[in-house]
Amino acid sequence: MRFVDEFRDPAAARRLLTAISGLAGDEEFKFMEVCGGHTHTIYRHGLEHVLPANIELVHGPGCPVCVIPMGRVDDAIWLAEQPDVVFTTFGDMMRVPGSNGNLLDAKARGADVRFVYSPLDALRIAVDNPDKRVVFFAVGFETTAPSTAVTLVRARELGVRNFSVFSNHVTIVPPIKAILDSPDLRLSGFLGPGHVSTVVGNRPYRFVPEVYGKPLVVAGFEPLDILASVAMLLRQIREGRCEVENQYSRVVRPEGNPAALALLAQVFELRPHFEWRGLGFISQSGLRLREDFADLDAEQVYDLPGVRIADPKACQCGEVLKGVLKPWECKVFGTACTPETPIGTCMVSPEGACAAYYNFGRMHRDAAQLVGQSRR
Amino acid sequence: MCLGIPGRIVEVVDAAEHLAKVEIDGVRRMISVRLLQKDPPGEGDWVLVHVGFAMARIDEEEARLTLQAVERLGETYRDELAAYDSTSIV
Ligand code: SF4
Repeated sequence: MRFVDEFRDPAAARRLLTAISGLAGDEEFKFMEVCGGHTHTIYRHGLEHVLPANIELVHGPGCPVCVIPMGRVDDAIWLAEQPDVVFTTFGDMMRVPGSNGNLLDAKARGADVRFVYSPLDALRIAVDNPDKRVVFFAVGFETTAPSTAVTLVRARELGVRNFSVFSNHVTIVPPIKAILDSPDLRLSGFLGPGHVSTVVGNRPYRFVPEVYGKPLVVAGFEPLDILASVAMLLRQIREGRCEVENQYSRVVRPEGNPAALALLAQVFELRPHFEWRGLGFISQSGLRLREDFADLDAEQVYDLPGVRIADPKACQCGEVLKGVLKPWECKVFGTACTPETPIGTCMVSPEGACAAYYNFGRMHRDAAQLVGQSRR
Repeated sequence: MCLGIPGRIVEVVDAAEHLAKVEIDGVRRMISVRLLQKDPPGEGDWVLVHVGFAMARIDEEEARLTLQAVERLGETYRDELAAYDSTSIV
């Protein structure tokens, strides 16, 4: 029985589900998991169909690959095709579609595009290849941005001059706020992101209960963490509380990581606006390099086209990222849009809701059987 | 991409440069521990590794449980490990 193994402790899962059913009663609840890592766990383990039918999990915008707009991918490809440029990026970014193909296509056309594990590997390529100009395509939330910050400080310390960063780092709070402000969704609460919170801590989420009256529980990544966090959200609601709680306290400290936050502040500043795929422009949501680091900032070193490109018509990633549509409700899901030939970004990264559902949707019935509950 | 994988520090290679050798699933690579500079981890400590950086200290029990959880991600975990295997930082 593979699924017994996947639910490390099926008995504990059953106990949590009993508690959840009791707390939920007959009322309908809609909780958003902000983080793509959670989306992955939920589909991977069929948690949607294990939970009582009146509890719905909706997927949020916390997949860094999914939110990169097409124009930024086009800029990346333009950079990759400049003379003497070695363009470096995380593997997930290679297949994100621009308006005219992706980075893999650029590589096939002869551009020197390399995937790296760490931004420090990109810096290493710059040190080893003084006659080349190395650009790192930086994406990610506060989980990843401190790593880019350290890399830039390190480049400065080593006096590396043939290195620059094309920053597409984003912050987690503005999209949560944008979703709370949009009339489309009526949410009962949030599962807060785990690894982002190791950096930012619990405090930045306080506005969610205080201003919007919704509970938020910072959650870990195991199936049991998700179930425990759903139970914590319901308990808050039942007890008439509304606050930020931390289910993932074994890793997340309330104050976050002060060293990482200091490095972020040293290297980055907020952009007035940044475009998110499907969500449009969100103010104060993107990070750019400070003036002190202008010589390491690809946006200042190169004359980027910076053209804004509308998302393809068929693509409904925006609705999926806002939790308004389920992946399978998109018209091209699984037909024109698959992980091999993605039309939208949500099909590219394993943390994207569409890719996770495409790969693991079939798990649902088996998981429901294991814990002895059927959703329908 | 936001995956954090537990690794054990096998050697603090250069404390001034915040470099440590970390073992994940038998693979030993150099990572940066600069994000933990306020409370630097030592040999034998477990850390959560993300894109070549230790992002949080964790205890051994948490490390074991997290490792089991990420191993069950299958392909995603193997890809991450292959990427880790490829790293050679400065
Ligand atoms: S199926 Fe493809 S196009 Fe539709 S929302 Fe998902 S990723 Fe976007």
